Amino acid sequence: MANSSRKTSSAKAQTSGKTNKAEMLDYYQQMLLIRRFEEKAGQLYGMGLIAGFCHLYIGQEAVVTGMKAAIIDGDQMITGYRDHGHMLALGMDAAGVMAELTGRVGGYSGGKGGSMHMFSVEKNFYGGHGIVGAQVPLGTGLAFADQYKENGNVSLTFFGDGAANQGQVYESFNMAKLWDLPVVFVIENNQYAMGTSIERSSSETHLYKRGASFGIPGEEVDGMDVLAVRDAGLRAVKRARDGKGPTILEMKTYRYRGHSMSDPAKYRTREEVNEVRQHHDPIDHAKARILDEKWADEADLKAIDKEVRAIVAAAADFAQDSPQPDPSALLTDILA
Amino acid sequence: MPTQILMPALSPTMEEGTLAKWLVSEGDTISAGDVIAEIETDKATMEVEAVDEGVLAKILIAGGSENVSVNTPIAILIEEGEEAGDLSALSAVEPETTSTASPDVTVDAAPIAPVAEPVMRASDPAIPDGTAMVPVVLRDALRDAMAEEMRRDERVFLMGEEVAQYQGAYKVSRGLLDEFGPKRVIDTPITEYGFAGLGVGAAFGGLKPIVEFMTFNFAMQAIDHILNSAAKTRYMSGGQMSCPIVFRGPNAAASRVGAQHSQDYAPWYGHVPGLIVIAPYDSSDAKGLLKAAIRDPNPVVFLEHELIYGEIFDVPDVKDWVLPIGKARVARQGTDVTIVAYSRMVGYALEAADILAGEGIDAEVIDLRTIRPLDMETVLASVRKTNRLVTAEESWGCMGVGAEIAAAVTIGAFDYLDAPPARVHQAEAPLAYAGNLEALALPGVDDIVRAAKGVCYVG
Repeated sequence: MANSSRKTSSAKAQTSGKTNKAEMLDYYQQMLLIRRFEEKAGQLYGMGLIAGFCHLYIGQEAVVTGMKAAIIDGDQMITGYRDHGHMLALGMDAAGVMAELTGRVGGYSGGKGGSMHMFSVEKNFYGGHGIVGAQVPLGTGLAFADQYKENGNVSLTFFGDGAANQGQVYESFNMAKLWDLPVVFVIENNQYAMGTSIERSSSETHLYKRGASFGIPGEEVDGMDVLAVRDAGLRAVKRARDGKGPTILEMKTYRYRGHSMSDPAKYRTREEVNEVRQHHDPIDHAKARILDEKWADEADLKAIDKEVRAIVAAAADFAQDSPQPDPSALLTDILA
Repeated sequence: MPTQILMPALSPTMEEGTLAKWLVSEGDTISAGDVIAEIETDKATMEVEAVDEGVLAKILIAGGSENVSVNTPIAILIEEGEEAGDLSALSAVEPETTSTASPDVTVDAAPIAPVAEPVMRASDPAIPDGTAMVPVVLRDALRDAMAEEMRRDERVFLMGEEVAQYQGAYKVSRGLLDEFGPKRVIDTPITEYGFAGLGVGAAFGGLKPIVEFMTFNFAMQAIDHILNSAAKTRYMSGGQMSCPIVFRGPNAAASRVGAQHSQDYAPWYGHVPGLIVIAPYDSSDAKGLLKAAIRDPNPVVFLEHELIYGEIFDVPDVKDWVLPIGKARVARQGTDVTIVAYSRMVGYALEAADILAGEGIDAEVIDLRTIRPLDMETVLASVRKTNRLVTAEESWGCMGVGAEIAAAVTIGAFDYLDAPPARVHQAEAPLAYAGNLEALALPGVDDIVRAAKGVCYVG
């Protein structure tokens, strides 16, 4: 994990890490909700209630939580298939997300999309895309629409270290800078593209440098530190909103689980995973700060955990009770 | 409250597995995320992590057990401080039957009709008596359609290679930059995958993009976004997301440009639910249908033809000429044989009909205009009258538009057919550069005449 902030631009990083009790408890609750939700999703997958591909976000919670804290209403998010955390961060209903995972009518897509294909126009979440890298031009297009409509909004376009090698990413970088579109490219570098480590797939492993030939500034961020993420996010979002164009934020992060539920993750050691879990966990990190500052004690945090578990349990119940879509839904929603 | 730990499914296909070994023992305190066991699936050995925290009270299935069914209780977890008590009752509980994720819908029961989408039955607007017919070059009819819709709706914009300052590689967008400025007429880099995806994202964001491909051959780099991002998103979002976008440009063979620049993609896009596919022939249809395509809330693939861009056809001089999508046109009335064509092949079919008339065969020519949804109602009505079918297309025959029409006619009008349907299409080879081979490969008037005579058992 990177503890320092490195940038390709000349401006010095202004990592303030300033926060207060309310903010920090909010981030803590948010990250915990994502983690507990994902653990429950893993459990429901194990029970055969969730099928197909299911990519868990456990370990990466600080990235989306920090970026959410850097945006305002109307700003959009779009990502790939590891998307549950983004939806929860944007305030989408946990029960609606879980019911989509179980393929039920109460899910955000009425059961037609599944884990990788969910949307909420109301919450400005534009998916949920199953093709690696495809969300990058799509997110750039959302920024194009923001600029065209002059609405002052910014598009946060998330992708992984695997997608960072896709050709369409660079086509998007080029147009985003050429037209100074209000987009922030958030690379969630969890260091493994399925089973291929970044060292084995990338000639330049410092992904924040990947915009250099387009004139796009980049910054390497400790993606396990929610405040570092938020502060980098605030800088990048401000640039975009000020008409200065795109920024690349490389979030150094880690996923604790396999690529998808069916991945045994034999390409890395248990020790490597444990090292991150024990020493760099984003939730432990936030908890330590809260306890240090005496913003809450163990009992208070336990109460938050209980609250979160109740939300997740209710979501899981709803996801199992909600019926499968009616057969009549088979041929609807194809054309307007 | 004791909780059962169940044998988990660890892959989409796993039904049972081997509980290879326990990594914790009875009495151990475990927290969420701890690895508690190793399970061998049909594919790999997986580690199982605890979801809940507590004390492992009892192991029900010993390490090394094979063929353990998914959802079998394998251990019992109790909360810290809780008495293990009498767990025998709990361990005897059968795994709860859960509803499976597989749908109840079987193919037999599913309401699958040959045409899966609602049939559109709108008719062409009536042209008032006394309306002047104005000759318009096809490329200008397309330009006029875009200009009129851009005047009408601020959200409509055009992007593509050389559409602005160069005035269009084939001069279709001539004058648009001057009228609408660089915000709405945008030259892109030569990056089809990227700008097609950007256009789809802009449509998600509430705009109405027209994305021009210099030719549809280059759209192969973008076909992922046309299918996976544009066509499927409404369905995948349960109807929430809309993608109002037009992908347009010249399609099919040009002249002597070789295999990579000469292909008819109508069957490719016509295959995809969630897309509308239009392939007009004359200026009137090109204008009326392009305006309809721009207004449509769905993604539309609009296939033009370079070799007829310069042809002149009459367009009715009415203020707002919009035609219905999904409606074929009877281009020539006849009683002996139905010739179904689209795009440039309509012109060939009309020429063939003139030749056939000289030989006493009265051909009816149907211009499909829209490839998806296909207007089979018009085709079937014609075949029920003529009892004979010829299809004509520039694409390859295998899995082609003609194949689909022949199948639909065979299903829908079997008893009316007096001859097996005949298909006219490109030879099953990449298009050659050599002039003679190119001419041999591409379907022409003579091929249609021969096919029509064949189904009439003449000559």
